[in-house]
Amino acid sequence: MMAARKGVFGLAALVFGVLMLLAGDPPLAQAIDLPLPDAAQEARARSLHKQLRCLVCQNQSIVDSNATLARDLRIIVRERVAAGESDRQVLDFMVARYGDWVLMNPPFKAATLVLWIGPGLIFLGASVGVFFYFRRARRQFAAAAPLSKAERRRLDALFDDG
Amino acid sequence: MRLKFFIPLLAFVVLAISLGVGLTLKPRDIPSALIGDPVPEFSLPGIPGHEDGLSTADFGNGEVVLVNVFASWCIPCRQEHPLFMELARTGGIKIYGLNQRDKVEDAVQWLATFGDPYDRVGSDLDGRAGIDWGVYGVPETFIVDGRGRIIYKHIGVVTRSVLDKEILPRMEQARRQAAETAETK
Amino acid sequence: MIPEIGYFALVLALVIAVAQGTIPLIGVQRGIDSWAAVARPAAVIQFVLVTIAFLALLQAFVVSDFSVMNVVANSHTNKPMLYKISGTWGSHEGSLVMWVLILSAFGAAVAVFGNNLPPALRTRVLAIQGLIAVGFLSFSVFLSNPFERVVPAPLDGRGLNPLLQDPGLAFHPPFLYLGYVGFSIAFSFAIAALIEGRVDPAWARWVRPWTLASWGFLTVGIALGSWWAYYELGWGGWWFWDPVENASFMPWLAGTALLHSSIVVEKRDTLKTWTILLAILTFSLSLLGTFIVRSGVLNSVHAFASDPARGIFILGFLVLVVGGSLTLFAIRAPALKGGGLFAPISREGALVLNNLLLISALATVLLGTLYPLFLDALTGEKVTVGPPFFNRTFVPLMVPLIAMMAVGPMLAWKRADLAGAMSRLKVAIAAVLIVVLATFYLSGNGPVLPLLGMALGAWLVVGALTELSGRLKLFRATARDSWNRAKNLPRSAYGTAMAHGGVGIVILGMTASLSWETEKLQVMRPGDSVDVGGYEFVFEGARNVPGPNYTALRGTFRVLRGGREITVMEPETRTYSVPPMQTTEAAIKPVRLADLYAVVGDPDGNGGYATRLYHKPLLNWLWIGALIMVAGAFVSLTDRRHRVGAPARRRRRAGAAAPAPAPAPQDA
Repeated sequence: MMAARKGVFGLAALVFGVLMLLAGDPPLAQAIDLPLPDAAQEARARSLHKQLRCLVCQNQSIVDSNATLARDLRIIVRERVAAGESDRQVLDFMVARYGDWVLMNPPFKAATLVLWIGPGLIFLGASVGVFFYFRRARRQFAAAAPLSKAERRRLDALFDDG
Repeated sequence: MRLKFFIPLLAFVVLAISLGVGLTLKPRDIPSALIGDPVPEFSLPGIPGHEDGLSTADFGNGEVVLVNVFASWCIPCRQEHPLFMELARTGGIKIYGLNQRDKVEDAVQWLATFGDPYDRVGSDLDGRAGIDWGVYGVPETFIVDGRGRIIYKHIGVVTRSVLDKEILPRMEQARRQAAETAETK
Repeated sequence: MIPEIGYFALVLALVIAVAQGTIPLIGVQRGIDSWAAVARPAAVIQFVLVTIAFLALLQAFVVSDFSVMNVVANSHTNKPMLYKISGTWGSHEGSLVMWVLILSAFGAAVAVFGNNLPPALRTRVLAIQGLIAVGFLSFSVFLSNPFERVVPAPLDGRGLNPLLQDPGLAFHPPFLYLGYVGFSIAFSFAIAALIEGRVDPAWARWVRPWTLASWGFLTVGIALGSWWAYYELGWGGWWFWDPVENASFMPWLAGTALLHSSIVVEKRDTLKTWTILLAILTFSLSLLGTFIVRSGVLNSVHAFASDPARGIFILGFLVLVVGGSLTLFAIRAPALKGGGLFAPISREGALVLNNLLLISALATVLLGTLYPLFLDALTGEKVTVGPPFFNRTFVPLMVPLIAMMAVGPMLAWKRADLAGAMSRLKVAIAAVLIVVLATFYLSGNGPVLPLLGMALGAWLVVGALTELSGRLKLFRATARDSWNRAKNLPRSAYGTAMAHGGVGIVILGMTASLSWETEKLQVMRPGDSVDVGGYEFVFEGARNVPGPNYTALRGTFRVLRGGREITVMEPETRTYSVPPMQTTEAAIKPVRLADLYAVVGDPDGNGGYATRLYHKPLLNWLWIGALIMVAGAFVSLTDRRHRVGAPARRRRRAGAAAPAPAPAPQDA
């Protein structure tokens, strides 16, 4: 595991997984993954590729990887699409072998409930906080003595520099 | 003292605890989705010296077996290989080899060099059988029980401690279960 | 010998940092002036010592001193000089030295240029900087010694990871660290303010330039990383929502929020506790990023984790720094009194909304990034949180934010007239309509999302221009008057317009390149040609070419448009021997309003090669927009009010003009 000691570059890490594999990548010359002749099927296969995680590189979809396994999975997806399987069936095939982990988009279920509703809750909670802050601010603002026109102008002039 | 000012601190405490627990985990090891399932349908040709090949039918005959995924291009495999050689010498444990994406002659050469602990070897040239087994890196090692179910998978090099603490006890337990079921029958 | 001097300098720097972090703090607390006076010289000496250590390490890499373990592990004699140099910060140990170097440089800058700061505040800030340095220096000295010797010295090194042998990535980390570490200054100011129990507009005026500079550097760092991914990974992607990317993006989001909320503190003396919290949060996220990158808790970065002790150390440090500062915050923040009042519809109100959306977006990214870890820790279950999650949650939060970005700067402080602002945005509204119609016409029908993206981008760019022209009274006053206004307009106004417009350009680039990309994958034999987005790529063949420390398979494409050759593109696949590894060097050619992108891959054994060809409309607007954003930050920095020393002069002048020495207008 030579790569293990190398570098701390932000993005570089992204591909270290691949590299560790490449260092011992199978030397066999294999088939090159080619697009399906049918454009609609190819588009479906491509969108499926984006939903599947490259297992050896850990953080890319199989679209973005040169790893052998990623390439093989791309080919398998194309074969299955060409054989007339639905998107669901293709994804299920992968999940059966590699678990939910292989899906780039985590399925909505009990374990991912917090993940999926979390952002909405956070935004809602923060909005409620801001709402009360605004309400209080408005009340205080209205209660404060209104400024005369001259004061207003002077203030505006003071603020007008930013 | 107003409580809302403690919210950030509280949130951080939760975060820090999870990070602490996270340090003890191995994010790279993905548990097999096949634990508890019967071995997948597959059939592989053998290599010279192991002409029988390997297929689904070789499992579930009442015997607990170890399946080792290996390849000649896999450097870490050389590290764990002596342990399998040792197991093979001690006897009593059946070891199957799943040869991944290897030229047949390379595999033969490799086994000649480092020793051949396998009872059967399947040559998985295109890696398709490996994918059916949920293999994503080499080496990986599976335990299959007497009824042909995958009960355990180890990812990466099998070390002495993994062998003694994880693999052998599980095999022993599986064997006892198999024996019991045989008796009750 | 030199490595020993380097290590010794690091140890000395640690001792100095301990002194800098404790003695002045006690001094200023107890009123012992001589103790407080330690802070400034200590900060400068610490910087000198760390510089010596850094130079010593640099020297070891430049001369390939293979008796040093770190050089062996990350360098090689036949590596080009640039990458020998960048190898200095290419490893965990070396990058830590660079981190400390930048930290101590910022500290020394405060010590040297901080004449206008109140002495007590300056002393406290420097002491806190010293304490942060203690953490990182002990990490370096005790757990990550970059000068460790190896006996016997090997004849040659193991080489630097080829992916890192790239100009984009050589300078990615220094910029990233300048950003991360720069936020430590805002953090130190926040802690000092909490200790003193006082935050006022002057405080915000001192913090803002540091935050602005750090934000600019971090933006450069992120953009460089993204650019590198774009041309080096070979698949045309530039953002993956990877934990490591998110680790740099989260401080950026928090820093952006801080930048805006500190404006409110500066101008209106309110939102103080919130701004303090943001300053703590921003630097905490920088530290969290360090933890994520170096501890191996998340998948992406597993490869770095060779030593669990490092993870434990950083976590301990994180608990100390973040836990400590948040405890201080919880105790002291309630005492901070808010100042200026405002109506919800006002510049302040818009900035509060900006913060609301930015922080919600930040929380979303944090949740998505750490969720696999939470779930694994709680249940042992493994999930992947990939781009689809972030696209579905992050993007909806960005839409209102961007829509608001054009309006916000037009609103008056305290109480604004929304209808008036909207009527000033007539031109922007018209521009949006034109762009939407044009997009709709050009793209056939197309889904709604690209239309929305293009509309938002256009809205923001035109909105920023409108705001600027409104201030200059362009077309409404005489040209001479406008020119005078242009000269007198604060630089920060230009900076704001540039930063906002830059974001608009980035959005246009993202939307267009994602929505209307053409991608062609195929096997090509010499002589074959493929049409990609109206450009004809003729494959001339591929050959092996030797490089300095690799061999490259170089493909040649002639690119024709309307039968006329416009360029030749030569992508490479490089194979390095030390360490053995392959990298892709895509050939990229910017053409009219698009990037052409070509990759040559594996041979098929029959004289053909797998090739990937792309036409990516407006993709380079991403980099152009990012550059404009950064330029905006630095133009703002040249504003006289941000220049170091300006606040003091300004206050003196204000004090002379009016007998009442009010730091900022108060109306409560």
